[in-house]
Amino acid sequence: MKMFEIQPGEYARVRSLEAEGNIRRRLLDLGLVPGTLVQNIRRSPLGDPTLYAIRGAMIALRKEEAGLVNVDKEER
Amino acid sequence: MGLTNQSSGINVLRERFNVKSNLEQPVIALAGNPNTGKSTVFNALTGLNQHTGNWPGKTVLQAQGTFSYKGVEYRLVDLPGTYSLLANSAEEEVARDFIYFGNPDVTVVVGDATCLERNLNLVYQIMEITPKWIFCLNLMDEAKRKKVYINIEKLSEKLGIPVIPTVARKEEGLTDLKEAIAGMVRGELTTRPRLVRYDREIEEALDYLVPRLSSVIGERYNLRWLALKLLDGDQQIINHLQAQFSN
Repeated sequence: MKMFEIQPGEYARVRSLEAEGNIRRRLLDLGLVPGTLVQNIRRSPLGDPTLYAIRGAMIALRKEEAGLVNVDKEER
Repeated sequence: MGLTNQSSGINVLRERFNVKSNLEQPVIALAGNPNTGKSTVFNALTGLNQHTGNWPGKTVLQAQGTFSYKGVEYRLVDLPGTYSLLANSAEEEVARDFIYFGNPDVTVVVGDATCLERNLNLVYQIMEITPKWIFCLNLMDEAKRKKVYINIEKLSEKLGIPVIPTVARKEEGLTDLKEAIAGMVRGELTTRPRLVRYDREIEEALDYLVPRLSSVIGERYNLRWLALKLLDGDQQIINHLQAQFSN
């Protein structure tokens, strides 16, 4: 599944990135490397962007970027 | 700190970055992730009141100030907070260019002790650019409140870099930080950075490039990093080199 499909409160683990070039680099810099645990904290009122907890920081990502991250849902 | 002919060439670069330093003042750069209290450290050291606040891009234009410690006046440059130095944005480019081309005497990386892990990306990137840096681990009080305990000695040993724990808001640890800065400027405090080693192909390409860069540019800059950027096809760096070494 894609990262934007994680529902509020749910967790998932990063499997791979589909992004290339600068966006890929940016996502990696934010800590989205394979194996990273992410949690959907909440969606903004209009549904986009979404706030995620990534490696100890809260980071808002648009669906556009979160759609480039393949994740596996993780029960916690 | 021994300002030689070599570093007066660097002074030209500093002028380009608008660092108002006279030759006597060692230049100290402050870098770090956003929201680690970098500007609080800046204010605590300089006694200035650069605005601190919690929003991105607050320090796009670098703030500068001075502080004195044991009779030496240091110039402190507050760089924009970034997660990376790969120059994805204007802020990252400013921070990176200053640390690399501006060649500060010491770079202090301010990290957030409450989420150490996410600061390490920047830490390893800085490590590739310069060996002259200190890791200031700030927000130690908040980390304690979150029951995060950090083995400072072990971290320092693993990184090969001095690590100074601080609570800048309460001015805790600042004397240690100043002492470390002074020691590094005088050349008494040295580092053994643990550089990232890449795959064989990349290391071989570096072995090929570095001596060739050396014959054109000399040893003034860290050529391993430069070669990595060239392999990366970093257009900004290529432009910089063309502007500086076109003759």
